[in-house]
This record gives sequence, C-alpha cells and structure tokens, in this order.
Amino acid sequence: MWNGDYWFVIRSLVAKDFKVRYRNMSLGVLWSLLNPLIMMSVMTFITTQIFSSTMKHYPLAVLCGLVPFNFFSLAWLTGTVSLLENASLIKRVPVPRQIFPIASVLSNCMHLVIQIGLLLALVLVFGSGVNIYWLWLPVIWVLEIIFVLGLALTFSAINVYVRDTRYVVESANTILFWLVPIFYSFAAIPARFRTVYEFNPVAALVMMMRTILLEGQAPAMSTLRNLVCVSLFTFIGGWLIFRKLKQGFYEYL
Amino acid sequence: MALIEFQNVSKWFPHSTGRALLRTHIAQWFGAEHKEKFVALKNVSFRLDPGESLAIVGSNGAGKSTLLSLAAGLATPNAGRVIVNGHLAALLELGSGFHPDLTGSENLLLNSALLGRSRKQTLELAEKIVDFSGIRDFIDDPLRNYSSGMVMRLAFSIAIHTEPDIMLLDEVLAVGDSGFQAKCREALLDFQRAGKSILFVSHSPGHVLQMCERAIWLDHGELVMEGDAASVLDAYSGGLALKQQAGDQGA
Repeated sequence: MWNGDYWFVIRSLVAKDFKVRYRNMSLGVLWSLLNPLIMMSVMTFITTQIFSSTMKHYPLAVLCGLVPFNFFSLAWLTGTVSLLENASLIKRVPVPRQIFPIASVLSNCMHLVIQIGLLLALVLVFGSGVNIYWLWLPVIWVLEIIFVLGLALTFSAINVYVRDTRYVVESANTILFWLVPIFYSFAAIPARFRTVYEFNPVAALVMMMRTILLEGQAPAMSTLRNLVCVSLFTFIGGWLIFRKLKQGFYEYL
Repeated sequence: MALIEFQNVSKWFPHSTGRALLRTHIAQWFGAEHKEKFVALKNVSFRLDPGESLAIVGSNGAGKSTLLSLAAGLATPNAGRVIVNGHLAALLELGSGFHPDLTGSENLLLNSALLGRSRKQTLELAEKIVDFSGIRDFIDDPLRNYSSGMVMRLAFSIAIHTEPDIMLLDEVLAVGDSGFQAKCREALLDFQRAGKSILFVSHSPGHVLQMCERAIWLDHGELVMEGDAASVLDAYSGGLALKQQAGDQGA
C-alpha cells in the first residue's frame, strides 16, 4: 500500500519534534541540561545534608539514576500518547502507523544524547575518568531504547481503545521513581529483593551505568543477560500487539 | 483488471457514547451495554477501470469519505472486499501533518515524507512544488504567518506532485483563489490525459462534469444510482429538490 521511505519519515518526524520544542525557548538546548542539574543538586542536598548518606561521588551517582529515569518516563509517556496526538494524520494519510510511537521515542533520544554528554563531562571532571568499559555504554543504551520502543508500541495501541491508559502510565512513572535506585545505591537493597531489581530494565540500566562510570568495572553479565531478554521480549510482544490492535485504529480514533 | 473494485462492501462504526473509556469496555465485557453501531456503507459495489475517472456525489454523511478511506486502505471493511491494483495517492485532507511552527520548506519535506516520497525524490521535486504553489517569497517563513489560502496552495502543490496511478480527491479542488483553482484543474486534467484515474468526491456539479465521465450517488450508505455523470447529477439534484419541496430541510 504505502511504499515510502520509512527512515526518511522517522527522521523528518524526529527533526520536527526537535525544532518545534527548541524554537519556542530562548534558552534552547540549555533546558535539557538545566533540569537534571537542578534535580541533582536538590537530591544531593537532601540526601547528604538531611539523611547524611555517605555514598561515594553522590551527585554523579544521582545523575546516573536521573538520566536513564528521565529518558524512560518521558519516552514511555510521549510514546503512549503519540497515536492520539497524530489522530488526524492516521485517519487521513496511509502512512504506516508504527512510525508514530517509534519516532516519538527516538525524539526523546535526542535529549538523551545531550544529557549523557553532560553526565560524561561531569564524570571526566569530578569522577574517575575514561575507562575501557565505556564501550559497554552504547550496548546497554541500545537495549534500553529497544525496551522503551516495545512499551511505546504496546501502550500507544492500547491508549487508542482505552484513553485512561496515559494516566496509568503517569502513575506507574511516579511509583517507578521510588523503585529505581536513583537516590539510593543498589547495595542498600535487601538481598531478597535484588532479583526483582535485576529484571527491571530501568534499574538494571542505572546499576550498570554506576558500575561502568563510577566504579570502572564491566557490567555484571547476569544483569546484562536479563536486560537482553526483557528488552527483546518487550519489543517483539509490543510489535505483535500493535499489529493486532492497529486494525481498529480508524474506528476508535 | 480494475484499478479499484468494491465487492458488496459494508462498513460500520461502534457508536456508543464515550466509547474509549475503561468504564465502557468493562461494561461491555459484562454485557451491560448493548452495542449500537452506525452503518456508514451498506453493500456497495462498483469498479474503477484504468483511464477513467469516477465521481461520488451525495449529501453530508452519505458515506463518501468512508468510501475513500476504504479505498485508501485507511480502514478495513466489515463485510465484502476492496481490491486495489496500482499505486494510489489519497488527498483526503490537505495539510494534515502541517505544523505551524515549522517553515514552509520544512513542512514540505515532512509532508512529502508522510506521502511516501524518498528524501532524494523530495529534494528533486522541491523546486517544482514551490514554483507551482506560487508562494516562493514566504517559503522560509513559519506556517503560522501564512493565510489559510497559502497553506492550502502549499499542501495541494506537495500532493499533486506525487505520481500515482490513481488519485483520491475529497473536496480538495476548492483551494485558493480562482487563478490557483484553474491551475489545479489544469494539473488534474494533465494527469487524466496521461491515462491516469481519479476517484473524486465533490459538491460542485461543475467540477464533477469537467473531471468525470461516470458518477455514483450514495445516500445513507447505499448506492442509489450509477451511470454517466450528467444523468446521475440530474437525478441527485432532482432528488434534493423533491426533498426540499416536501419540506424535509434536514436532508
């Protein structure tokens, strides 16, 4: 039916999001940096001054948690609402539907690159510097993006039928903020809960970021294996669910 | 082989109030809410052969746009079969996907991608599209500064430069001032002279007669008449006049 250029469409949609977002801000890209820096300062203040935590490199450890979590929660949410926001296009232009959640997740990757840049710069200045294990970073991030793509496909399709879905996602994000080791360390988690954390891709990513950037070690192979399984499973599941549910998009949008 | 063929096609929509809420779905699982449906097309059959153009006439809500959506593959029929052979371009709504914060040329690129052109094709065509639209002076301004006529000019120019076998047009000829309208009609006539086909929805008898030899008349989802454009239009407007005489203003 539609035999266009997938990559060109996705690229154009991502470019649109980026331009639209930053054209209306006088500080532009700086906003992407300001938000995690302010959060980092506040959490560092509360945890070290009020709760007197002694975690090493505390501000950097928090940022290692904030950057993946911010990406995950925003990409999941914008992915979920992407079909509804493009309803007029979906009803009028026979472009493949899955490009909307995919483009919306990839738009968030533009932010992510900026924020990871900030994190790496801070690690270079205040942390332990570059090590060979940094080569793992692209691998774990690609796995995380695959995971979020799977979630975005699933939840955007469900959101067409059940509009309450976006609020479920918002609440889940709030809960997840506490369940991911952002402002506490993995070591503080009691042993009986650790397996659960290892199967949560966001928590796994935070742990691996800290292992690589702050401890200068290779990520644990068991965590990596879990991340691969969960990401692929979520993506394939999401793709199949989307394919099934897209039959009714025209009627329900 | 027909370019488009509808075989006993029916299409209906779920018609319950506030349908896309969790509450409604749960109520339906327990069978509490009886599912009403709105029938948009009832047992419609027709074919469009290569080289001919077909008009669809009918009052608002007769199912014309639903029929085009089915032909474009946007929706799937609930009964019957829709067969399409050939590359098809659907101009169902001009400018869907335009963003007011982007400039004319940025929108051109995005819209062209959505219509299925590659980056290379788009860049090759960009000059021609801008020329045709006649708004070269504004092409680097954000779309929010355009008049609605200018937006439509750009949208139509992007759309008309695809090279399909079949074009689906939904009321999109009433674009811009009379000079630009004449240009659009000329472009469409060129398209037809090249042996291509148009499936055409319009409320303007003049456009129908100019573009199409054949027409079908839809009323409340049913195909009431099929034949040469002039006699279908006669019957359709005759029917409207009769309804008005009968005082049925709601038709």
